[in-house]
This record gives sequence, structure tokens and C-alpha cells, in this order.
Amino acid sequence: MKVLVPVKRVLDYNVKARVKPDQSGVDLSNVKMSMNPFDEIAVEEAVRMQEKSVATETIAVSIGPAKAQETIRTALAMGVDRGVHVTTDEDLEPLAVAKILKAVAEAEGAELILMGKQAIDNDYGATGGMLSAMLGWPIGQYANTIETKEGALTVKREIDGGLQTVELRLPAVVTTDLRLNEPRYASLPNIMKAKRKPIEAKTPADYGVDTAPRLTVVKVTEPKTREAGVKVEDAAALVDKLKNEAGVI
Amino acid sequence: MAVLVIAEHDNASLKDATAKTVTAAAKVGGDIDVLVAGKGASAAAESAGKIDGVRAVIHVDHDLLEYQMPEAMEATVVALMDGYDAVLSPDGKTHQAYMPRVAARLDTQQISSVTGIEGDTFERPIYAGNAVAYVKSGDPKKVVTVRTTAFAPAGEGGSASVKSESADIGDTGSAFVSEELSKSDRPELTGAKIVVSGGRGMGSGENFSLLEGIADKLGAAMGASRAAVDAGYVPNDWQVGQTGKAVAPELYLAVGISGAIQHLAGMKDSKVIAAINKDEEAPIFSVADYGLVADLFKALPELEAELAKVGY
Repeated sequence: MKVLVPVKRVLDYNVKARVKPDQSGVDLSNVKMSMNPFDEIAVEEAVRMQEKSVATETIAVSIGPAKAQETIRTALAMGVDRGVHVTTDEDLEPLAVAKILKAVAEAEGAELILMGKQAIDNDYGATGGMLSAMLGWPIGQYANTIETKEGALTVKREIDGGLQTVELRLPAVVTTDLRLNEPRYASLPNIMKAKRKPIEAKTPADYGVDTAPRLTVVKVTEPKTREAGVKVEDAAALVDKLKNEAGVI
Repeated sequence: MAVLVIAEHDNASLKDATAKTVTAAAKVGGDIDVLVAGKGASAAAESAGKIDGVRAVIHVDHDLLEYQMPEAMEATVVALMDGYDAVLSPDGKTHQAYMPRVAARLDTQQISSVTGIEGDTFERPIYAGNAVAYVKSGDPKKVVTVRTTAFAPAGEGGSASVKSESADIGDTGSAFVSEELSKSDRPELTGAKIVVSGGRGMGSGENFSLLEGIADKLGAAMGASRAAVDAGYVPNDWQVGQTGKAVAPELYLAVGISGAIQHLAGMKDSKVIAAINKDEEAPIFSVADYGLVADLFKALPELEAELAKVGY
């Protein structure tokens, strides 16, 4: 089974986003960028499938600027076989990303697409769902556990009220949630080895995808800030404040 | 102009998130119809007709809609969209799982988790709520998920008729196997007036009983930080934050939670925040209205006793 893993280069999850003074977006100059954490979980799952000989080949694909190649290298260092880099300097919307990924999946003959449930920058949580519908494949959203069997997957999903298990016929898309696995750190020899693994260079035009944005960003602002309140002495004082000052109990 | 609102329900009853999404739909403007897609959900459909401002309720009953699986929901919603200019759903996981499929079929860029609608401009948090984007959509049909904590529920008093429609759901390629739902007599996390949340500082799952006593006294829902869920102290569906649930109760009590960006993203719109943490430098105190710097193992029994003194 060929497994495709889309990976996105995003602002590192430990770095606080800062809005540009002209309100045109978030300032990404001179800040640490990393692989989207949910995509890292997807890469780990794909590599584990390969180690268990369930996956015959693993391919990481990233759509983004020249530096997105570093994100692909990270995936290769974790154990993915090869990469596809679709270069663009535009900040593409999930709809355009899903269209490109559909074309890549078809060109590669992927049978399973493992991807993050959302990217932590734009927080749309839409690409996986869109991609699955475009391909006409079933989807297992928010995977907590994945078991493979002949021609199908059993996915335990994180849902609002607990956990739900579904069976999906392959080919399929699965999006990863936090508890699926703990991604490995790439070892130095594997980082060196990753430098020799192939990355194919592509552009959105190679796939004939119209990437024009559908949404117009009017502005991006700082959120309303909350002022720090007061410190109370003890539990009795806390109850007094909540009851008599705030009136919430 | 007509807007379709997708109801949140568990087949037995309609959830509050539906009336909140109707409020958001009213800001989009036009006639509002509510879709109740499920199995044996006619009571929920009747309730949806009572929401103020609803023109009609469309009730689709189908075996494959019992668990509102993404593939079946996609087929059901897309088939109705000829008659609508926009479709809105709450942004819970059930809906987030299928709405992008609807958007793709309509060749539309989804607008996710909106917290405000002003004319044709949608407001939505990005970067875990560290920035707020205001966007306009050029798509002829809009697909929107709504952060329901940001909208008040529409009132009751409507008398919309319920019309049944059938769904043509083909081979979906997916099948429901089983469900493990957390059983609780407490209110639901996203709709509760008071939320009591614990973090890594709780130290173990057993220690959450210290919080549960307080939650039960206050009639509160239980929540947790990602750290507490990752450590296996409590179930995943208790998680509050960027990738968990967004809550905005009257009172959010955070205990043993340091206040990572990702956690604050899910609770900083609460009306009042109270925090108990032994580290006075913890970031949670920078958003808390009331902070108690104390060892939680000492403070929680005291808090429970103090609540008892004032009648809880």
C-alpha cells in the first residue's frame, strides 16, 4: 500500500503569533518554523506502517515556498522514502491545497492519505475532508488508533462525546488527532541519509490547478486582551469573590 | 436569500448549539431552514421548529444517518443546496468531519469556526486565537461552521412546519462499528454555565475526584488541559483548547493548569476565570479574574468546605 503524507511548514507551536502592524496578516519573518504537529503524527504513523510492511512506499508532499523543502527533509529523516515539493509563494486556501493533493494522489497511485486534522496556523481543519470528497474516498477524521487489514482500515476516532470506531474501505483519507502516537526524533544518521533521498519539484500549474483565493482577508487583528485580575488569599476569599463580587455562583 | 442550518442532536433530543447557529444564520440574513438529519430524530425535528426565526424544518430520516457519518451527511446536505445560498453548522467534531466534504462538492472555500458576522464579513480566530481574521467570501454558496460559544441561542416561540425528505445515500465506503461514550450526569462541556478544569498539576486521574466533588456541588461540567488528557488522567473529550473544545461559561475554574497558549485559546472568552496554581508565575494568572496561589491538594478540600458553608 502506497501512503501519501501531506506536510505543512507552519509557525512553530511554541512561538506566539504576532500580528503585523498594517493588519495584513501574521508576521512570519525571522521566526522559528516547523512541521505542523498533526502532520508529524501522520508521518510517524506512515513510517510505523512501513516498518510493519503494511505500507510499501511512503511519500511526503508539501505545498509551499522554497523552505518547505526543509519540512519534507524532516519527514524523510523520520523515515519517509521520498518527497514531492509543490512550490508556491502564495498562502493557499484549503480548497486549492486539496485540489493539488488530489492530483498528486492520483499521479502517485496512493491508496491511503494520512494527514493532520488541522494546521495550527489558519486553523481551518478543512483540507482532509475536502480532499476525501474530491477523490470520492471515505474518511476517518481525528484518528486515535488505526488498524489495517486486507483492503480496509479500522479507525478509532476522537468524537465530541468520547470515541467511535469505524471501518473504512481503501483507498481512504485518515486525519490524525493528538493521541494517535508520539512522533520520533530523527537520529543523526537518518538526518544525513535524508539528504540523499529524492524530492521531486513541481508547481501548482503542473497539476492544472487554479489556486486563486476565494476569500478576501479584510484585516487580521490582535485578539481582545484580558486583563489579569486580583490574587486572593485563600479558598474562603475565592468563594466570597465568586459569590458576592462576580455573582457567578 | 435562504440559509440552511444543520441541527446538532443525538437523535433523541435537539442540542442548544442549534439555536445558537440559528442566531448566526440570522446575521447572514434571509430565510432560515433547519436540517435535522438522523435516525428516529422526529422529536428533535419538532423542537427545531420551535426556534424563533426558523421558516421550515427539513427532517431526513435514514439508517446511514444514525451516527451522522461524514459521507452520508455530505450526500444529504449537498442534495439540498440547490435551494440555499449558505449552509451553517455548529463547529463540533461531528460537523467539522463532514462540512469540508460539502464545501468541496460545492467548490467553495469553507469558513471555519466563525465568532462573528457583520454584513458579509466573517470573523474567525486563527493561530490558536492569537490573531483574529476578518474575511469576505466570493463564493456563490457559503459553507460556514460556527463557534457556538460566541452566539446567544435564538429564543423559543416559533412554529415552523416539519417536512420530511428522503436522502439518496449511495455506497459510502465507511461503516459504523462501535462507540464508547463517556457516561456522565454532568452538563455538556460546551454548553455548561460553570466548567471546572484540571491540568497536569492534578498529578493523576484519581486526584480528579477532588475536582469532581466541587463540580457536582456547582452543577458544573468537567474539563481538562491537553497535558492532563495526554497523561491519560481523563478522557479525550474533556480537552479544552485549540484542538479540543472551545468553551465560554459564566465561570471557568482552572486548577493545576499552567495556561499554555493552546489551552487559553479554548477558554479565554469565559465571563469569569478563576485559577488555582502553586506557581504564581503561571500564565493562567494573566487571564484570570481571580487567582489563588496555593497547593491544590490543600486548596481544593478547603474550597469544597467553603462552598458547603454558602449552601452548596
